[in-house]
Amino acid sequence: MDINKIDQIIDGHNSEASSLIQVLLEIQSENRWLPRQALERISERMDVPLSRIQHIATFYKAFSLVPKGRHEIHICMGTACHVRGAQNILSALEDHTGIKPGETDLALKFSLETVNCLGCCALGPVIEVDGQIHGKLTPPETAEALKKYE
Amino acid sequence: MPKLNSSAELEKLREEILSGRNSNQKIITLCSGTACHATGSRAVAESIELELKNQGLSDQVIVRKTGCHGFCERGPIIVIYPEGICYLQVEPENIPEIISQTIKENKILEHLLYVDPDSEEKITKETEIPFYKNQQRLLFEANIKIDPKSIEDYLALGGYKALARAVLEMTPEQVLEEVKKANLRGRGGGGFPAGTKWEGTRNTPEETRYVIVNADEGDPGAYMDRSLLEGNPHSVLEGLAIGAYTVGAREGYIYVRQEYPLAVENIDVAIKQAEEKGFLGKNILGSDFDFTVKVHQGAGAFVCGESTALMTALEGRTGEPRPKYIRSNIKGLWDKPTVLNNVETWANVPLIINNGADWFSSYGTETSKGTKIFSLVGKINNTGLVEVPMGMSLRDIIFKVGGGIRGGKQFKAVQTGGPSGGCLPEHLLDLEVGFDELTQAGSMMGSGGMIVMDEDTCMVDVARYFLDFLTDESCGKCVPCREGVKQMLETLTDITDGRGQEGHLEQLEDLGELAREVALCALGQTAPNPFLSTLKYFRDEYEAHIKEKRCPALYCRELIDYYIDPEKCQACQACLKKCPADAIIGGKKTIHVIDQEKCTKCNTCFEVCPSRFSAVKKISGEPVPPPIPEEERTIVRGSKEK
Repeated sequence: MDINKIDQIIDGHNSEASSLIQVLLEIQSENRWLPRQALERISERMDVPLSRIQHIATFYKAFSLVPKGRHEIHICMGTACHVRGAQNILSALEDHTGIKPGETDLALKFSLETVNCLGCCALGPVIEVDGQIHGKLTPPETAEALKKYE
Repeated sequence: MPKLNSSAELEKLREEILSGRNSNQKIITLCSGTACHATGSRAVAESIELELKNQGLSDQVIVRKTGCHGFCERGPIIVIYPEGICYLQVEPENIPEIISQTIKENKILEHLLYVDPDSEEKITKETEIPFYKNQQRLLFEANIKIDPKSIEDYLALGGYKALARAVLEMTPEQVLEEVKKANLRGRGGGGFPAGTKWEGTRNTPEETRYVIVNADEGDPGAYMDRSLLEGNPHSVLEGLAIGAYTVGAREGYIYVRQEYPLAVENIDVAIKQAEEKGFLGKNILGSDFDFTVKVHQGAGAFVCGESTALMTALEGRTGEPRPKYIRSNIKGLWDKPTVLNNVETWANVPLIINNGADWFSSYGTETSKGTKIFSLVGKINNTGLVEVPMGMSLRDIIFKVGGGIRGGKQFKAVQTGGPSGGCLPEHLLDLEVGFDELTQAGSMMGSGGMIVMDEDTCMVDVARYFLDFLTDESCGKCVPCREGVKQMLETLTDITDGRGQEGHLEQLEDLGELAREVALCALGQTAPNPFLSTLKYFRDEYEAHIKEKRCPALYCRELIDYYIDPEKCQACQACLKKCPADAIIGGKKTIHVIDQEKCTKCNTCFEVCPSRFSAVKKISGEPVPPPIPEEERTIVRGSKEK
């Protein structure tokens, strides 16, 4: 990630240590993961020990310390989806992509994450691929829905 | 637009807005909340714009993209004013017709109306639909009328009148008295009286004080706060500003989940507009009250919904709770007195100031006043957000408003209070919904999730599900939660996987009791609730799992088998083609049989078997019948040859 871009984000928050999480969030959304070089730069510029940044980056779910696939799949495991069979949808996703939640395949095609509620319970069970919602799924439809992603 | 400096200037602006609005104006409102967005409301919006242009009506019809209407089951929703005609499940293809017929000719398109499932009567107006008719929408009323990005829309409905009244006509003590008298209790979970919390902060000697909106709504299956923040952000800001005035805070924060991008966007816009008009900033409405608000995005941690963890996160650290020997309203954010309330609590404040405590407390029960928004989801017909007066029975919420159980199934339980709550069985359906009533029954109000479960839901699995959630979300600071809850999960997984043993239930009860007594924060203290409440009301299901290795709801994968009934199979090959494990043996005119060795129990065959055959069966606690011999599998002329 471009160092100037990182500096720009840090400057946008006046280099205040209390803005650490907000800075990390911006870098995560810009770059889709947090490279070591970015964390070191933040540590230096915001005067925060690298260990504390690592602590934060591993504590919160929004952050990733490894690169993500081209397509991010979020499967909703909220209670409403759970009682409507989300577990079977997750199995179908795992079978189709060959990865488990939290993983990215070697070809960097898919990353799979579970989320706790996408807030569209009327459509459950639901998955979200690159921000697009696929609702009222059955296991066969799930495999079908993934076919269009290259 | 210069800043407003008095009540008179505010009322003058309001009159200008209202006089510029014609009550006969054709307005198309389209629900653009996240749930409708997911069902395609953006495409509908584009097609409305395009079609109005094509039919030469762009400058005569106003299109208003509103927040969530609540009836997510039937989204996207369109309401056409001034008539109030409501169309449900609208698709882009319907738009040309709606414009040419309803907008131009005032003709109602019957096929897009709501059909009452009992009387089969078609209902034109949104407010007449039973889902809405049985609600009491004090907070949500405005959501369907305003564009969340328009402060004018909020002002047209009387917005910021309460703030002007509080800041210009009332002393902080008077506002506090009103909130205390209304007995407004926190809508985020605990139900702590807001007035008492505010008073504590107000009475501290510290100069610097803070107010915070907790919009870190994390309970799975609950999205009320998001819809309020997305659909009517000014109402939350107005409540927050009144609270700040009351307790003497000059700075406020809105802690909102990063998973709610639309809420973040709308609240950012609202803050900017409020600052421009002088509802936030220096010398609000000409008074000597200064107040600024900042938005802080959460980075994804359920525990940050806990007040002290949230404050630690705001300080830029990992969101871990701290012991509450001293409450956060005395020593909170940066060790300063801090009032933290959730979105819905703050949104109630302007209503109380505008209408008075007596009006507010005319809704509800003895100890729970006002209304409560619930996220009614799960195996229910009318999935959506519902606002009802406190004290309505669970039965009325689920059957009158929610329209009963999907697919004519049998009600089994309703789960309230999220991962801290519990499951209530059928014999408690007449329970009045209130903070204390739900707690006494072994559940809790929580933030308002209400997940309906039917006969196909396994209650042991539900308890396991919540403990899995909590194990994942435990911050790891205290041992009873980090290790105890994890051990509970492992034991429950043993039970659902068929490894349950005598003594497991007692061990779970012990661990639950321990976490309840000694965990650091509410997450750990309430973690055993889903287990304890299901054990209390559904002990027979636990015993069936442990003693008979049987899952009565036919859900737990390790305890069930799939089997094709040879008497019913018509060899349609639906399951044969779809089985991902190639575990089905059969063919054209040949009765299908499942190879139990290969079957992964993915449920696909059960889903695809046509309901007119219903040949695929789930069985539990009994051996699978042997497959019929190969020579008897041929079907001749639709009837089975033996």
